[in-house]
Amino acid sequence: MITIDNYVRPATLEEAYKLNQARSSRVMGGMMWMRLGKAHIKTLIDLSGLGLDQIHDEGNVIKIGAMCTLRQVEECGALKELFGDGIAESIRHIVGVQFRNQATIGGSIYGRFGFSDVLTAFLALDTFVELYDGGIVRLSDFVDRKHDKDILLSVIVRKGKRRFRYDSIRRTKTDFPVIACAVVTGIVHGQETWYFSVGARPGKAALVEKKWEIPDDASEEMIADYARQAASEFTYGSNMRGSAGYRRHLAEVLLRREISSILAEGR
Amino acid sequence: MSRTEEHASKTAQDEMRLVNHAVPKVDAEALVTGKAVYTNDLAPEECLIVKMIRSPYAHALIKEINTERAKAVPGIECILTYEDCPDKRFTMAGQTYPEPSPYDRLILDRRMRFVGDAAVIVAGTSEEAVRKAMKLVKIQYEVLEPVLDFRSAKDNPILVHPEDNWKSLCPVGADNHRNLCAHGTCGEGDIEAVLASCDHVIDRVYHTQANQQAMMETFRTYTYLDAYGRLNVVSSTQVPFHVRRILANALDIPKSKVRVIKPRIGGGFGAKQTSVSEVYPALVTWKTGRPAKILFTREESMTASSPRHEMEMHVRVGADSEGNIRGIDLYTLSNTGAFGEHGPTTVGLSGHKSIPLYGSPEAFRFTYDVVYTNVMSSGAYRGYGATQGIFAVESAVNELAAELGMDPTVLREKNLVREGQVMPAYYGEKTESCALDRCLARAKEMIGWDEKYPCRDMGNGKVRGVGVAMAMQGSGISSVDTGTVAIKVNDDGFYSLMIGATDMGTGCDTILSQMAAECLDCGMEDIIVHGVDTDISPYDTGSYASSTTYVTGMAVVRTCEKLREKICERGAEYLGCPVGDVEFDGRKVTDLKTGKSISRKDIGNKVMCFNNEALSASEAFSSPTSPPPFMAGIAEVEIDKETGVVEMVDYAAVVDCGTVVNPALARVQTEGGIAQGIGMALFEDVVYSKDGKDYSNSFMQYKIPSRLDVGNIRVEFESSYEPTGPFGAKSIGEIVINTPSPAIINAIQNATGVMIRELPATAEKVYNGLQKQK
Amino acid sequence: MEIHITLNQKKITVDVKADAVLMDVLRSLGCKSVKCGCETTNCGLCTVWVNGKSRLSCSVLAASVDGCEITTLEGVEEEAAEFGRFLAAEGGEQCGFCSPGFIMNVLAMKRELEAPDLEEIKEYLAGNLCRCTGYMSQLRAIRKYMAAQKEQAGKEAQA
Repeated sequence: MITIDNYVRPATLEEAYKLNQARSSRVMGGMMWMRLGKAHIKTLIDLSGLGLDQIHDEGNVIKIGAMCTLRQVEECGALKELFGDGIAESIRHIVGVQFRNQATIGGSIYGRFGFSDVLTAFLALDTFVELYDGGIVRLSDFVDRKHDKDILLSVIVRKGKRRFRYDSIRRTKTDFPVIACAVVTGIVHGQETWYFSVGARPGKAALVEKKWEIPDDASEEMIADYARQAASEFTYGSNMRGSAGYRRHLAEVLLRREISSILAEGR
Repeated sequence: MSRTEEHASKTAQDEMRLVNHAVPKVDAEALVTGKAVYTNDLAPEECLIVKMIRSPYAHALIKEINTERAKAVPGIECILTYEDCPDKRFTMAGQTYPEPSPYDRLILDRRMRFVGDAAVIVAGTSEEAVRKAMKLVKIQYEVLEPVLDFRSAKDNPILVHPEDNWKSLCPVGADNHRNLCAHGTCGEGDIEAVLASCDHVIDRVYHTQANQQAMMETFRTYTYLDAYGRLNVVSSTQVPFHVRRILANALDIPKSKVRVIKPRIGGGFGAKQTSVSEVYPALVTWKTGRPAKILFTREESMTASSPRHEMEMHVRVGADSEGNIRGIDLYTLSNTGAFGEHGPTTVGLSGHKSIPLYGSPEAFRFTYDVVYTNVMSSGAYRGYGATQGIFAVESAVNELAAELGMDPTVLREKNLVREGQVMPAYYGEKTESCALDRCLARAKEMIGWDEKYPCRDMGNGKVRGVGVAMAMQGSGISSVDTGTVAIKVNDDGFYSLMIGATDMGTGCDTILSQMAAECLDCGMEDIIVHGVDTDISPYDTGSYASSTTYVTGMAVVRTCEKLREKICERGAEYLGCPVGDVEFDGRKVTDLKTGKSISRKDIGNKVMCFNNEALSASEAFSSPTSPPPFMAGIAEVEIDKETGVVEMVDYAAVVDCGTVVNPALARVQTEGGIAQGIGMALFEDVVYSKDGKDYSNSFMQYKIPSRLDVGNIRVEFESSYEPTGPFGAKSIGEIVINTPSPAIINAIQNATGVMIRELPATAEKVYNGLQKQK
Repeated sequence: MEIHITLNQKKITVDVKADAVLMDVLRSLGCKSVKCGCETTNCGLCTVWVNGKSRLSCSVLAASVDGCEITTLEGVEEEAAEFGRFLAAEGGEQCGFCSPGFIMNVLAMKRELEAPDLEEIKEYLAGNLCRCTGYMSQLRAIRKYMAAQKEQAGKEAQA
């Protein structure tokens, strides 16, 4: 159970940042996960009203304000146009509509939770986070950073010709994933590059990048080999939802299916 | 034959106006508009907030409790420890006295028997004060080694209940010095000889987990003293009359000092057949004189409650090469946890309601042990042991079918119990009504069994299989359960129907009103029904053991019969004619000789003036038998052969509950029970750490099915007519949870060849099974 | 701290603690339809609308809805009763404890989705758990309700 002494809705980001420097201050997102923890918070900082609840198409990037709800992201036309149904697929299984009307993208990404579908999905894309103090940082770098007192302002996804797939295995349809896998491919610096992100291992999502040129008509065996190789680069653990060995197997299967599906699109 | 009996008989079935019709529930409008009708909605503002400090250890002794600093917190009214409680053991099981469950509890004890056991009660004027005080109570424990594995609990040197004042009231084979809550054996014929001479013997062990009822309203109670100094208890319970006795035992006060009131309940499914929450605020109110309230958190409801007994069942089924089942031998080991609530009784159903599904084996034997361990106490959950036993026996029969190379429905058609047969394993009762054969035939048609059995490859790495199971249950506990009903005639002739059966959302207020209105030839609007209040309501054992429709329903029929006689007598008196000349048609009493009549309205008003005899009737009913409802369930599942993921596609269920009193409500009961059964089969698991901490402590970790997880559920009824039941009805409430586990496991087996013998059938288990085949 | 909200079309000012959740505040204001089922955001019993969107009031800080429009079942009682009749005809309310949150989300769906199919309905309502019914009766009620609404709309358009 958490206790909160003061709730503050700062008028500026600067004020929010200053307030957050105190040890017992916290920035709230959707209040989904934080409320379940045990903490005594002196000052809770709500970033509502600072214009962070919009998704902007800024030409070569899509900028998602930290206070956008998961539901906004799930229903975002611009992201769907760029990456197909994958983004919605990574969100629609999360608890229920009410939950997704409330949970924020900022909370999901900042939390860097092991179970996070959203982190897994965005990690595979060309994604950055914008921090108040730290500026713009690649999401793959941010994932491994220690939790600090900076404030996440937005999630920025670079446009580009990318093909994206997302899939997960869950015990019930709205449970945390047993495994979550995202695959992205595109031409980077003139070379075909594949990105594999696997989350809920049960550790948080990690990214593997491969300069693989996989022909569209690759055989199933070939694809399976690639998937096996990609899956082998992650570590897996056991918990209530599944064993390490089973997770590794699932990662292989899902990555293979995703690669296959991407290649089929190219044919 | 009296008019009422005639009404309740088969010949009149077609003419029924209300029974066998989908009448909406009498409390529907209040429920769908969110009216304040549940325990916590009604609790007065000034209630003290009651919370418990719970043991962090699976087994420990309290050495010392320091409450000084906690008591100083402003707003704290009292902090109670084992020193404040009577040292007289009782059981929280809601059962008829003398309870088969041992008297093994104190309200608070020095010995902690599971992680979550109640150590200290804190009561104060606000939640904040109570939480603060809870942090300041200092408890020193002597930590003891726990017994966590139920397979090694019996005769383990570590005893869960070493105390001298432990007491077993009934001869159930209990022995606290052996960690035994119950032990027994029964049988007929020479099972060993029969099995030795069988062509095929399936010999397998099956394991079912503890499951949480997970009703949406957690356990909750508030208490206060009334003008007479009596303890009033408003509680979300299925067993108000048993709670009265339990509280009197727990507090060591006369039963006359306790009144229990049941408002609307947010689901029970058996959980609330145990007095899980009542004793704590009751003790606070009794000690302080102040109103008090406890609301179990969901975490408490998951970790310190009354889940299904975990059971391990060793089954041997023997048959000849033609598939005639010749003998069934079952040994059940049941885990009752820290306390014995419902331990001795649930285990019985694992054999008595599984073995009799098969008509006439030459021999059977059923043996069981129920053991104490240091995990949370088990309790009653819909199906009450039958669910576990039927999973084991039905699975073994499905394995037999596979070994014989026989269609499992054909094997069942050969062996299933039929109308008129005597069931040796069911206390020698005879099936007066049984449409199990028709249920199975119809379920096969509904699913398209002949086209789909055993499986179909869907061509995309997925395979669909179908699987079958049958089930039975009882209708009340024979020669025990008692329902009493009173009906009085009020001004303008409206009726008050007084029942002690507890509507927990299932709709018994409605269906008992339907029966009364049918018998009294009036409309639903002419009858008001009263929720249960032990001061006012006639005695009823409560809503459990699938008893309400059958037992209390018969009491309604009998009461109406008596009341009709009295109305006729009174009408004849007012008309000035012999009672033999009158007829009551529901609206008026008519002198058939003169044609003169007096309306029910006028009679109702007349008895309120210069009257020496109340115009009311009250009758009781208890049955020497417990006629079983029967059911067939067929599951169709789709399995991803690479991941092992199982998806529910379709579930066809056909139930014989005798006459269906309310088709809409019976259907929802069935669909709901099947969904719970799907949860049990595929998802639900109570997982403990190696130290005995329950990890499945929330809806985040204990996953009940959402509407995306149950597939399509289709229900039909194949009615038989039960001559001893009201309007030919039997029960419906519990049987409906029994088929999904074995049917789904069979569907997985038929689709993949993988046999899962330990629930739940997670994707990983199916995958591991598939790997082993390679 | 003081917050100003519009609760069921009525403007009110409430004094709340910084860590009070909306569910508790609403219940203390007499909106007893709002139920708590799980405390971990999984069950949907506490569903209310904040500015017209379904939210889990167990996890909304009351302080954070200052200036918002809040709607509970008490605020849409007639509409709830109308849908409730369809639900009751199927026996789909059963114990009724999850009904308020469920009905709030059904009515939110009605506003958000035009003619949803079965899968869309199930997905939209996936966050509303029910332990009594097995969900089928609720789906039957929703489809019949939507058909009746459509028919009524058609009649009104003709008139």
